[in-house]
Amino acid sequence: MEQGWQHFEHGADIGVRGNGASKAQAFEQAAMALTAVITDPSQVALRQSVDIACEAADDETLLVAWLNALVYEMAVRRMLFGRFEVRIDGHRLQASAIGELVAPQRHRPAVEVKGATYTALRVGQAANGQWVAQTVVDV
Amino acid sequence: MDLKQLIQRGPCRWELPASGAMRVPVMTFASDALLRDMDDQAMAQAVNVATLPGIVGASYIMPDAHWGYGFPIGGVAAFDADAGGVVSAGGVGFDVSCGVRCLHTGLRRDDIAPLQRRLADSLYEHIPAGVGSTGAIRLNAQQMDAMLTGGAKWAVGRGWGTDADLERIEERGQMLHAKPGAVSEQAKKRQREEMGTLGSGNHYLEVQEVTAVYDAATAEAYGLKLGDIVVMIHCGSRGLGHQIGTDFLRRMVEQAPRHGLTLPDRELACAPIRSDLGQEYLGAMRAAINCALANRQILTHLVRQVFADLLPAARLPLLYDVSHNTCKLERHRVGGRERDLYVHRKGATRAFGPGHADLPDALRAVGQPVLIGGSMGTGSYVLAGEATGESLALSSACHGAGRAMSRHQAMKTWHGRQVVDELAARGILIRSASSRGVAEEAPGAYKDVTAVVDAAQAAGLARKVTRLEPLVCVKG
Repeated sequence: MEQGWQHFEHGADIGVRGNGASKAQAFEQAAMALTAVITDPSQVALRQSVDIACEAADDETLLVAWLNALVYEMAVRRMLFGRFEVRIDGHRLQASAIGELVAPQRHRPAVEVKGATYTALRVGQAANGQWVAQTVVDV
Repeated sequence: MDLKQLIQRGPCRWELPASGAMRVPVMTFASDALLRDMDDQAMAQAVNVATLPGIVGASYIMPDAHWGYGFPIGGVAAFDADAGGVVSAGGVGFDVSCGVRCLHTGLRRDDIAPLQRRLADSLYEHIPAGVGSTGAIRLNAQQMDAMLTGGAKWAVGRGWGTDADLERIEERGQMLHAKPGAVSEQAKKRQREEMGTLGSGNHYLEVQEVTAVYDAATAEAYGLKLGDIVVMIHCGSRGLGHQIGTDFLRRMVEQAPRHGLTLPDRELACAPIRSDLGQEYLGAMRAAINCALANRQILTHLVRQVFADLLPAARLPLLYDVSHNTCKLERHRVGGRERDLYVHRKGATRAFGPGHADLPDALRAVGQPVLIGGSMGTGSYVLAGEATGESLALSSACHGAGRAMSRHQAMKTWHGRQVVDELAARGILIRSASSRGVAEEAPGAYKDVTAVVDAAQAAGLARKVTRLEPLVCVKG
């Protein structure tokens, strides 16, 4: 199974997409795509872990809640995350986001993310079993 | 965009008649060329907006419109509470009260030419900008609530400006009926270290020169002459507004079925104005407007300090401050009668025409300054609201150039260094922590701002007063 993330086009903003063998993996990869909107994820050192929990009514709104929880933690902790460990039980998510404090000189952050939207939002499984989780984030 | 379904109603005015679930038509203000280039999604979104309960007049599209989320960016829509109207968090956007303010300096090009580099460096040093930057001002819970209630008036009370500034800000610097209690603790926490910060993305602070005057009488009333130097600040309500957008978007999505709302797009999430959630959102959104006004006031104070240090003779009175992501209760004449309407402007500027009672005395005869930020290499405009704009689009006009290219495409097309060097060769100094951020905001990624303001003028929404071109640009 292929695992990875992409960005996709949206007029003024940017779409984040994660792929994985499981829903949780697709959510982890979507989070990597979120970090990549701001900086090169490979430049984020894995020094500190933050626990995140959220829940929602369905898979899609859970993705929005997850990405918004990360946006919030990045903003108030002034951190960037380079690795994610997600566990999903029904429509409850528990995760660790691992990263470090923003270092503008090293990370050269391009833009801050204001929030995850419900535009082009999709969480689903392809015929080959591969999961995709995507939405547009406002920058 | 396919023009075949549109009926031309005047110069740069196009109507898509109501059909299907649409309650009102879509009115688009654009030249043939802008219309052809406009993405289909902007129209599709405006059509969705036209289906919302209680919408009055039309779903309006400004010349700089493009695909947003739910509402198009560059969209205007008004709702009547008496007719079951709604308020939409998506119709205001994440960056509540994002806006532009313009400061005079009393200086001429020659005054700053020898200091241009030092000015750029000093502004970059003193204006917190970019991801992870923090302001010097920390507010405790009580001060936070005072700021959310008082807006720029609160900031002036703290010594960061003068009473004269307040005359030149929409709502006299303070949005009334704000409810700090409706703002989540997360939103307040997100703002704790962000007072007096510029942000990132398309937000900037520029030193600009007046390079053309189109309407001498209005320019004089605005205190602008050819060769004058001004400072333009573009930013919004920072983390607090972003979190309020996030919080209420979710709650409006969740509660839509309870309010009997069937939405063609989840992002159109809204609540009846006369519902607990609708009222709570209005209170929180107004608090975010105050946060944006206070933030731009603090940035103004920082700019004045930089100028006082380098150019002590300079005085920097405020020309005007406008917001272009808001929902405001306004009285408009629609269908032959006065109605109190909740006007959403998302990526659109209020543009009161001459004689409007809400304008300060010194500006009332000529109309409201409408500040249009361009991209960093191309230039900006000061327009004046036209009386005709009231019946055409509830006194609204465009807000900027509008993106023509996605960030993704821009990043693949340009390198930040190359953009900075090319602009430097043209005498424009860019200061930014992020080379990629600069590439994503490259001038070529935006529509032609001149075509946008020409269309706004031809349509009768606002008239051109002056053109401004950048000399220094600090980007987040």
